[in-house]
Amino acid sequence: MSKEPVAVVGIGQTKHVAARRDVSIAGLVREAAQRALADAELTWADIDAVVIGKAPDFFEGVMMPELYLADALGAVGKPMLRVHTAGSVGGSTALVASNLVAGRVHGTVLTLAYEKQSESNAMWGLSLPIPFQQPLLAGAGGFFAPHVRAYMRRTGAPDGVGSLVAYKDRRNALKNPYAHLHEHDITLEKVQASPMLWDPIRYSETCPSSDGACAMILTDRAGAARSPRPPAWMHGGAMRSEPTLFAGKDFVSPQAGKDCAADVYRQAGIADPRREIDAVEMYVPFSWYEPMWLENLGFAAEGEGWKLTESGVTELDGDLPVNMSGGVLSTNPIGASGMIRFAEAALQVRGQAGEHQVDGARRVLGHAYGGGSQFFSMWLVGATPPTS
Amino acid sequence: MPEVLKAPLVVEFPFTRSLGPVQSAFLTGLRERVVLGVKTRDGRTLVPPVEYDPVTSEDLGELVEVASTGTVTTWAWNHEPRRGQPLDTPFAWVLVKLDGADTGLLHALDAPGPDAVRTGMRVRVRWAEERSGAITDIACFEPYDGDSAELTGSDGRFEDMVTGIVAPARLDYTYSPGRAQSGYINALSDRRAVGERCPSCRKVYVPPRGACPTCGVATSEQVEVGPRGTLTTYCIVNIKAKNLDIEVPYVYGHIALDGADLALHGRIGGIPYDQVRMGLRVEPVWTDGGRFPDHYRPTGEPDADYDTYKELV
Repeated sequence: MSKEPVAVVGIGQTKHVAARRDVSIAGLVREAAQRALADAELTWADIDAVVIGKAPDFFEGVMMPELYLADALGAVGKPMLRVHTAGSVGGSTALVASNLVAGRVHGTVLTLAYEKQSESNAMWGLSLPIPFQQPLLAGAGGFFAPHVRAYMRRTGAPDGVGSLVAYKDRRNALKNPYAHLHEHDITLEKVQASPMLWDPIRYSETCPSSDGACAMILTDRAGAARSPRPPAWMHGGAMRSEPTLFAGKDFVSPQAGKDCAADVYRQAGIADPRREIDAVEMYVPFSWYEPMWLENLGFAAEGEGWKLTESGVTELDGDLPVNMSGGVLSTNPIGASGMIRFAEAALQVRGQAGEHQVDGARRVLGHAYGGGSQFFSMWLVGATPPTS
Repeated sequence: MPEVLKAPLVVEFPFTRSLGPVQSAFLTGLRERVVLGVKTRDGRTLVPPVEYDPVTSEDLGELVEVASTGTVTTWAWNHEPRRGQPLDTPFAWVLVKLDGADTGLLHALDAPGPDAVRTGMRVRVRWAEERSGAITDIACFEPYDGDSAELTGSDGRFEDMVTGIVAPARLDYTYSPGRAQSGYINALSDRRAVGERCPSCRKVYVPPRGACPTCGVATSEQVEVGPRGTLTTYCIVNIKAKNLDIEVPYVYGHIALDGADLALHGRIGGIPYDQVRMGLRVEPVWTDGGRFPDHYRPTGEPDADYDTYKELV
């Protein structure tokens, strides 16, 4: 028996900000979930199961969100489960939810991911004082900056590409009412003049720390037929993992990322992603990851990704828009960031992205990664149901 | 077999929590010696109050006061109170249905022994002398044989509402790095770097983990590597990290020790930061009593050719 087609019929986000002191964590997730229900014109009673994802426990001190948040998410009397995959968790949480629909286990599933970075400290969570180990000397940016330098060395990319990405994403964020950073006076010169934190990564080329939640309602063909607004249809979805460190690991273009993308394209019948995919919302916490992922995901040949960025192809009005929402560079509640990417892809093919809508977006890729470039999750959504 | 290392690891952090309107009223009430519940549409009063109806999932917000006296609905004796618990002498964990409430509040009951506790017994709140808007404002419950306590008439609104709390988390572990890493750490005390070779793919892991993550097989063959190596990539750190006494800017790099098949991380010194480059040949610099090399410095050899280390970044 073939799989049940999966449709996204509801999307809800909170306005992402540095600190939401007015709500509890329960109140935060509730807000996103209710917006998703309202978008789908459904009620709690229409939801058959809840799948939740969040940041690693030490990042925020909530060990059992499924226990704490069951009543806020209307999960009483229903299955509720939690997914863990570090920064990619928002993506993999949506994929676990989609599998419940595709496998006809449940008809309609609420999936949600969140984080309140203001009530915790991710840097502390990343630097536990493990006995006998040398402390990590440089934090998250310092972990990723050497990989960026390796990319520049390997490809010969000029120094300024990272600033171009940041300038683009921050301008895109101005069109997205839910984005955290709204830098109305942003200029390329300001990005280029911002301090070098972890050379070659500048301050303006790093993500903010945000509070926010994102929810989606996934449903089957019958549910999609009742949807008041156009659904987004899932054409492919996959996850891949690899160790954080191993001999032969390619941090610039991890094998798990390549394999994950290839699996998604095979499911969706995509032979040439650059020609057949209209836009990409990818997980770029440091600006240079845009050209790196363009290569890893097969949109450019190895060594050529930075040329797409430099020539404007990835601008909102370019031939392959990347991070229309403003991306992780403009909004980063870590636990939710992957799902925000997946939701943006769905918004685009539904034609619901407002000012940051890409005209005629029919097929859009959502991408997330996490850990030390260790977990990958992606989905490709389309404006029409899958044909096979 | 050489000794496997062990050490205590305490993971501790003061997480903060925004309360939202319902918990804000509840905890502020405790500060003012008022216990608040929340009313559901079907007329139940939930204490402690919650933001969402656990049966219908509706939003809840109608706060009502309940008495500071109540009835024990079930209990368990705690023979050995642990750090951070409400009382430091043995006590009963109790669920107390306060007069006017339909649900039980979990707290501690101060009683001389388990024989003095029974389901159905009457109890009252013993307020803490200093109250700040926290569940610990109820010091504990105590046995009580009078009438239901009178209500204060509070409507749940107070001056200077408590909007957030600090929720410290603490986990006590005994950490062991295991056999392979213990061997590595012990060798470092002789200023030697010892890895392990995978019997299948022949890659040398430094530090060793006791198994090859690619082949999934145990490793045991020890291989001494270094002491020299190649800087394969790096960044220049310009922001001072908390708890690290290193002057910025400094260079943080990946160092592939000669003979190792993946790079480890370390600081580069003994050279101006803006002269550091990929391919620089380096050697460890030790300080007295240091468990690890303090940093790596240039050896003066010619730089390594990119092709010799491009797989080791």
